[in-house]
Formats: sequence, structure tokens, C-alpha cells
Amino acid sequence: MKPPPFAYHAPRDVGAALRTLAQVRGKVLAGGQSLIPLMNMRLAAPEHLVDINRIGSLSAIDATPAGVRVGALVRHSDAEHAGAHPLLTRALKLVAHPAIRNRGTVVGSLVHADPAAELPAVLAVLDGTVRLARWDGRAVEREVPAREFFVGPLESAVEPGELAVSAFFPALAPRTGTAFEEVARRHGDYALAGVCAVVTVDGDARVTAARVACVGVGPVPVVVDVTGACGGVDVPGASGGADVTGAFGEVDMTGASGSAAGGWAEAARAVQEETEPESDVHASAAYRRHLVGVLAERALRNAAREGAAARGA
Amino acid sequence: MTTRLFGEPVQRREDPRLLTGQGRYLDDLGRDALAAAFVRSPHAHARIRDIDVAPALDVPGLVAIYTWEDLPERVGRALPLLIPHPALTHGRTAYPLARDVVRHVGEPVVMVVASDRYAAEDACALIEVDYEPLKPVVGLEEAVQGAALVHEDVPGNVGAHLVQEVAAADGRGAGEVIEAAPHTLSFRLDIERSASMPLEGRGVYARWDGRDLRVYSSTQTSTSVRMAVAATLGLPLPHVEVIAPDVGGGFGVKIVHPWPEEILVPWAAMTLGREVKWAEDRREHFISSAHERAQIQHVRVGFDDDGRVLGLDVTIRHDHGAYTPYGIIVPIVTSTQLLGPYKIGAYRVAFTSVYTNTVQVTPYRGAGRPQAVFCMERTMDKIARHLGKDRTEVRAVNFIGPEEFPYDQHMTFQDGRPLIYDSGNYPEMLRMIKELIGWDEHERRPGRGIGIGCYVEGTGVGPYEGGHVQVTSDGRVHVSTGLTSQGQGHETVFAQIAATELGVPIERVSVVTGDTRRFGYAVGTFASRAAVMSGNAIALACRKVREKALRIAADALEADPADLAIDDGMVHVAGAPSASIPLSTVAVLANPLRYAFDDEAAKATQFSATASPDRPPVAEGEEPGLEGRDYYSPVRSTFASGMHAAIVETDPDTAEIKVVRYAVVHDCGRLINPMIVEGQIHGGVAQGIGGALYERMVYDSHGQLVNASFMDFLMPYATEIPHVETAHLETPSPLNPLGIKGAGEAGVIPVSAVIASAVEDAEGIDVDRMPISPSELFELRELRELRAAME
Repeated sequence: MKPPPFAYHAPRDVGAALRTLAQVRGKVLAGGQSLIPLMNMRLAAPEHLVDINRIGSLSAIDATPAGVRVGALVRHSDAEHAGAHPLLTRALKLVAHPAIRNRGTVVGSLVHADPAAELPAVLAVLDGTVRLARWDGRAVEREVPAREFFVGPLESAVEPGELAVSAFFPALAPRTGTAFEEVARRHGDYALAGVCAVVTVDGDARVTAARVACVGVGPVPVVVDVTGACGGVDVPGASGGADVTGAFGEVDMTGASGSAAGGWAEAARAVQEETEPESDVHASAAYRRHLVGVLAERALRNAAREGAAARGA
Repeated sequence: MTTRLFGEPVQRREDPRLLTGQGRYLDDLGRDALAAAFVRSPHAHARIRDIDVAPALDVPGLVAIYTWEDLPERVGRALPLLIPHPALTHGRTAYPLARDVVRHVGEPVVMVVASDRYAAEDACALIEVDYEPLKPVVGLEEAVQGAALVHEDVPGNVGAHLVQEVAAADGRGAGEVIEAAPHTLSFRLDIERSASMPLEGRGVYARWDGRDLRVYSSTQTSTSVRMAVAATLGLPLPHVEVIAPDVGGGFGVKIVHPWPEEILVPWAAMTLGREVKWAEDRREHFISSAHERAQIQHVRVGFDDDGRVLGLDVTIRHDHGAYTPYGIIVPIVTSTQLLGPYKIGAYRVAFTSVYTNTVQVTPYRGAGRPQAVFCMERTMDKIARHLGKDRTEVRAVNFIGPEEFPYDQHMTFQDGRPLIYDSGNYPEMLRMIKELIGWDEHERRPGRGIGIGCYVEGTGVGPYEGGHVQVTSDGRVHVSTGLTSQGQGHETVFAQIAATELGVPIERVSVVTGDTRRFGYAVGTFASRAAVMSGNAIALACRKVREKALRIAADALEADPADLAIDDGMVHVAGAPSASIPLSTVAVLANPLRYAFDDEAAKATQFSATASPDRPPVAEGEEPGLEGRDYYSPVRSTFASGMHAAIVETDPDTAEIKVVRYAVVHDCGRLINPMIVEGQIHGGVAQGIGGALYERMVYDSHGQLVNASFMDFLMPYATEIPHVETAHLETPSPLNPLGIKGAGEAGVIPVSAVIASAVEDAEGIDVDRMPISPSELFELRELRELRAAME
């Protein structure tokens, strides 16, 4: 488990990094939490490694009313502790383990484009973007929306010679709640299936917009707008009161009205229909399909409840 | 301060070293050694047509490339079959490097030695091996069909077939008894593969100085590796030293020896005249070491209205992988330990141990017992359900009574000795576990289940271990034993034994294990035997030392040895503490000197007052020095026992399974250190939960291990393991001076049975396969609904 020989570059600013990437067929090393194991197992053998860890300008987290921009060197743990975006923070707590989060980067995870990873789903459900830069006599940038960025399993829109310099996670609309529900075999594992939801309610706690993105059940994050299914649904429990949680931590929604339950279930079915789960050593496709329905319903209910609770804010 | 430490929860003395990075593991040694790496077969079954090493010759740092053809005759021989057995009619072992045919993915084909591991792996990547793929045999069903063969000369892929029968009291066999029984059940059980998975893989580092060979190996048996290396390399035994440095876990896989690398690395060191080291990486460990567990069991049982088992017939298909270096110990242990704490009327057990094109199967902590207990405890649960009785009630009617020991099960155990239980108290243990888990108060509701599992474990198998104890003139006590340590806490418990026996503070006691320079005769660490075997040997050696110390002190104090006691390192006349002499001085006096190298030593020289002019300085039959050596060799194994219970919750929607509580009552005879026993139990339970809910080796139809990494082989994290509640019962073993039994494997043995019992209780679904994942529970639920819809 030793990598084959490679040339190592350690540029100190973005321009130098882009010039190097323009000259050589290189892989970018940020947190290295996926790349280094792949190299050690000789599944990846880049001839050039461009280490961006010395480029301080890529470590910025810029939060504005419009959203939060996360630089390419921002570690998961930095973003998590900055708490710059509620859904991002929620998702980051599900990413692997503290040691990995201390090293791995948000943008690195997006570029790696693992369909089972949480952060691509977050970017996708929020309609966020990734900023890519390359050298063409000068630094040239382009902003790629999530729906175009995730091309396939482990495949993103980053072209050879390009560096992902930041990602932008748009802020939530008022009276909007989020949730991320997943089932992993062990704490911190890639999820067998997961669903993140963003739900907006009106002043009467009726759903006006609802959108989910699913992980682990398709080649890229599966984004489904379910406003049609659950739009107008009254959010139960919006008047307040403590969450009732069972042994598994799910919110007990026994107070849900019949029509609301129907709306959530219909939305969950709509989500299931959009997914293309596969079987692997950990779970069957049928189980994953079942799971994504359960998780979609849970995520939508919990996001709606959070949105309703935020009305006064 | 007290020197009575036996039985006290003394903190592990090795932990400050191991937890602060001061441990010296194999790969911490030999910084300047050349590195070895191996080209391993990518095919499960193939004939080697040609090996072309030419493309690798230009790799900078390359030192040597070896194939089987390059090995001298002695080195290239098939590896030994360690434990022959008459029923193992077709035992086969691998060659150190593949000869003509590879029989599993990961089998070593070419050895590369280079300046460092990077260069060695670069060279490996360039070596071209031309394979002619052969049909692989994967899985028990395919192996038993025998359409394709793993070894051309092993018909039907059958390595061994063994039938053992114990007739009922009236002489009838199990088949006849079951036919005539008021109730009968028959069913099939499946257990999948797992593996030891020590955090540190295997590793070998060898140094040759032209005369002496020193080998470091991450092994569970340094003495036996030494003999194998000396014999294979044709070296006189006194010129070979083998040392097990700190070892990061073994769990059975490192008792197998010699591994190909344990022969090849020393041979390369001698051939090249350079230090050579190989440290196994995780990928290699998955595909090139050993696995265990996989069995299919067909069970027939006959019982009466009370649930008393009248006859039991078990047919086991055991997958032993591509080779049988460790013989058929695993299915033998399954066959014999299946009986557990029960009196079974008539018993017939037949196993067929078959070859597959997969990694070889050798003992992993529990060594066939988890499968055995799964079988028997599933049987007990099914009987209870059939009769509508409480599961603990059915177990209780089958227990061996506390007054019935020694109890002869009339079988032959893995040590070749009769399966006779020495002591135990199963009804009391059942009472304790029910109380600990709250069995009778358990609130039954869907999605929440309670389960139980009972086991008996033969521990402390022979043939022997030894101990050497030396008191030096500084008052320190040096204990050595030949068996090895992999983190169990031997430095602590052996020191507790020595401190207690000799009456010295534990701080003055040091312990060395697994170093053939210090102790050359040993068997190894496996089968929960270290405490029983070396613990007793060390106690016996200490008693010799104590006797000699009292004799010398009696002379010096002009007292009767019978009136002397040792406390806190001082020998004194009982009741008269002022008449005393330090043990350090006794050690000085024990070694008559001509030359005084310090003031203390002067007491032992020829003109000192203590030397008696009328006797030889070293009396006849005596030896100089205050030291002793003794061995413990038991007539047969001692039988520990335990009962576990768990409460699980299953999610009605996601089918996730959560262990909410886990309770253990354990009896390993007298406890040397309850804290260490609990630690052993906790670790064992964690591995057991891995086997029950997470771990499996997934081979595809081509014989590729598709989850050969810690990403996809799901060893549980601490976050997956519940708090383990423990209680101890102590029924001393009558077989050894300390009254102890083994504890190393206890925690892992019944866990699959317990979890299956609890999940079954929560779901009302038969759980007959282990492990069980949420996906599989979901499928069982779907199947139940389908069946309900069809009825």
C-alpha cells in the first residue's frame, strides 16, 4: 500500500497552482482523505500531485445574506464549527469521523463527487455552485451550478487543468427548515441511503416549497421538488412542544393529521420513484428504495417542523 | 503495603507504555532493513504459465526478486501441516511461494526485496505473471457439489470427514432416539466468514550475522517459529533466536506458523547478508492471512414435553478455504463444544471440511465455538418456542447439575483428551444472568426483544508452559515465560502472581514473554491458555524460589524456615519483624562470590561471616543464585463457562438493529485480576457484535474478496458497542494450583446466538443466519408479509 512515484508541487498562491495545473496532468491534493488511500492502493496513479495546502487564501469562509462561500482549503471541521449554514452544519456532523473531518475539505468532497457523500446532496438541494478556475494567460473562472457539476459517480465537471477554488451554498429563504436523515451501517460510514430536505412554510405553517436531495440511491445526488405533493400541508406540532423521540432518534409525528400524513407519504413515494438504487455488499436495492421513502418522509416532516418553528424568528 | 495482589483489580502496567506510543511493534524495528513485498495472485484459481521479472529489473533500489524456482529445496517445500488428524485424509498446505498453481486471491507468487517498501511495490507492479485461469470453487454449496476441484488430487473437495457419536444411557443412537422422541424439529443454520483482524498485521524482520540468525515476528508463538525456521533453513537451534516484540493483537491468526514470510524473510536475510523486513498491509491481511467461522449446519433434535433434549443430530459443512495448515481444529471444537452446559441424551455430530478457492480458515478467537453455541442455543430457543415455554426454563432442565462434576461428555476434545468438565455451576449462573438483565421483568413489545446464550469453553489446553523466576541482588524479581503477549495484560497478571507468591511489591517484578533468548520452551498463546498455563508455571517456579529463599534466610537468621514469612520484600520471623533480612540480601547470599563488585556483594565473598567453612559454598543438589524454573502440564483442559443476555430494539421502518443492553455472567474460576477479565470480556463482546451484526467476507463467484478493506468490511467502532454489564461467578478449577480457568475468548463466543435470540424475540421471525444486517431484516419482514398474504 505505497503509491507509485509522482512529482510533487506545492504552489503558494492560486496563480502558481493554476499555472502548474495548466502545464502538467496533475491531481489536486487538499485534505487527501480519498485521494491518498486511492493512491496507496494504486487505484489512482497521478504523475503530478499539486498540493494546495500552502495557499492561505483558499481557507476563507465568507458568509453574506445571500449565502456562504467556502474556500477550497476549508476543512469539514472548520465549516462545521463556523456554523455558517444550518444544513451544511447538519450534514457535516454526518461526515465520517472527527479525525477525517479535521483534514478533509468541503470542496474536496464536492469534487470527489461520491454519490453516497452528504455534501454533494447539500449543494444540490440548495442549488449551490462551485467556482472553477484555470490558467489561460491569466486566471479564468467559471461558476458551475450543482445540477451541472455532478456528472456521474466520482465524476464532476472539473476539467483537466481546472482547480475548484470555492463552493457557494445559498442562504435559506425565511421560514425555511432543513433536515438530513440517513441510515449508515456504522456511525460515520457512507450512508446506505440518505435524504436531506429543505421545506419553506407560510405564516400559517402551511408548506409552500419542499425539495429533497437523496444520497446513495443514484449516480449523482437525486434532487426532487416535492412541493406539488406536500404544498399546502399543515405542519403539525407547529404550535410548539418538545419533540418526542424514540429509540432511534426519529421525531415521533403521531400528532400528524390524516391529510398531512398523506401529503408526506405521497411526497416520499414521489422521491422513491426518482431514485435508482443498486445492490451492493451492504444492502439490497429493494431495501435502499424502501429506506429512501422512510427517510424522505422523516426529513420532510422534520424540516417542515423546523421551518414552522422559525416563523417567529 | 500489602503484597497480596492475586484477585485485585491492579491497573495494567503495560498501558502507560502502549498508550503513549512507547510500544515497539514489528515495524518500529529495523529502520535500515531492506523491505520485502510480494506479488500476490489476482486469481482465485489459476495455473502459472510464466513469470517475467525483466520489466522490474530497472526499478531503482531493487535488490532481489525470487520465485518458487529460486528457492533451495528445503525452503521451497510445502509448509507444514501443524496439527495432523486421522480424519484429515486430504490435508494440503501451500508452498512459501506458489508452485505451478495458485488457489486463492492473495497467494504469494513472487518475493521482491528492495531498498524500501515503495521501490519493492513498484517492482511488484511491473512483474508480469502469465496465468491460465482455472475454474474457482467458491462457497460451501459449490465445494460440496465437487464439480470443480480446488486440488486435483482431492476428490469432492473433501479434506476431512469426521463422525462422533455418543449413545444415550440405554445404548440407542441419536437417530433412533430422535425418531422415538415426543417432539422433533429440524432446521438449517448459516454462519458467514469473518476474521481475526488484529490492528497490527503480521510482520517479520530478520538479521543474520554469518553465524546467528535473529528473527522478530509478530507471532503468537515465538518458540515454535524458531524451531520451524531452524529446521527449514538448516540452522542449529542454538543459533536461532525468535522474539515477539510488542504485538498489536493476534486473535488466533498469528498462532498459524510458519507463515511463508516467516521462512522467506529470514532466508532472504541470510542469502543477501542484509537485514530484511516485511510488514503486512491491510489489503494483504484480508487476502493472504486467514479467515474463520463459515459453516452450514443441519440440525435434528428430539425432546420431551419439558424441553429435555433426548437426541441431537448435527451435520456440519465447514469451509476451510484453500489449505489446511492448522488441521481441522475449528470443526472439532465446534463438534465438541456444541454440547455447552447441557446433558444431551444421545448425540451424533458429523462434519465435512471442504476446500474452496478462498483464504484458508484457521482459528479466530472462539475457534469454532461461536458456531457451536449458535447451533445449540438456536436449538434451545426453537424448543422453547415449540413448547410455548420460557427460553431459560428449557435451558435449565437440560443443565448439568452442580453436583455432577467432574462431568464426562464422552467425547474427545481438541487436545486429544477426554471432554470432561472439571467444575461449574450453571443453575446459579442462570439465576445471576436473569437477575442482571432483568429477564423476568422484561417488558415484551414488538420491536424490543430479549435474548440469551450459554456456553462452556474448554480453556488452558496443554501440553505445557514454563516459567522462570529470578531474584537479583537488587531485590528485583525477573519473570519470564515462553508464550507470547498480544496485549492481554500478561505483564500485569504474571507480576501479580509472582508478587503474591514471593511477598514482594509488584513494582519490583518485571515480566518478559515471547523471547526465546529468555525462555526457550513454550507452546504459544491461544485457546485462552496463557493465564492457566504460564500463570500456574510461574506460581510453581515462585514457590521453588520462595522455598530456597526461606532456607537461606533461615541459615542467616538462625531460625527454622517454617517460622519465616516474606512480606514487602523482607524475610522475617513470623511474629518478630525485627529478626529479618531483605530478599535482596538473600539473593546475594544465594550466589557465593570470590569478587565483591559492590558493598552488598561483599556479603557473599569467601571471608565474610556468613560463609560456613564446613560445607561446599554451593551445596550438593543446589544451584547458585536465587532463581527457579518450573513447568505446568495439565492432564486435560479446564472448562470455563458463561451466559450472556441482551436487549435489542429494531426500528419498525428502517429495520436498524440496536443493542440496548448487554449483560455477561462469566466463570473463569479464581480471578487473578477482575479488571483485566472484564477488559477481555468487553473486547470479546465487541468482536462478537461484529460477527453478529456487521462483519462478513463477501466473495463473488470469481473468488474475489470484494470488501477487502476497512471501508467495506464493517468492523464495529466503539460507537456500535453498548456498555457491557458484567458479573463474575467463581468456581475454582480443581485441575491447577491456582484454581483458574481461561478468559481470553469468553466474550465473543455466544454473542451471535444472543443477538439472534433477541432479534427473533423482537420480530417474531426465525433468525437462522448470522450476521444479520438491516437490509436482511427488511427482507425477512417482507418474506413474512408475503407468506401471510399467501395464507
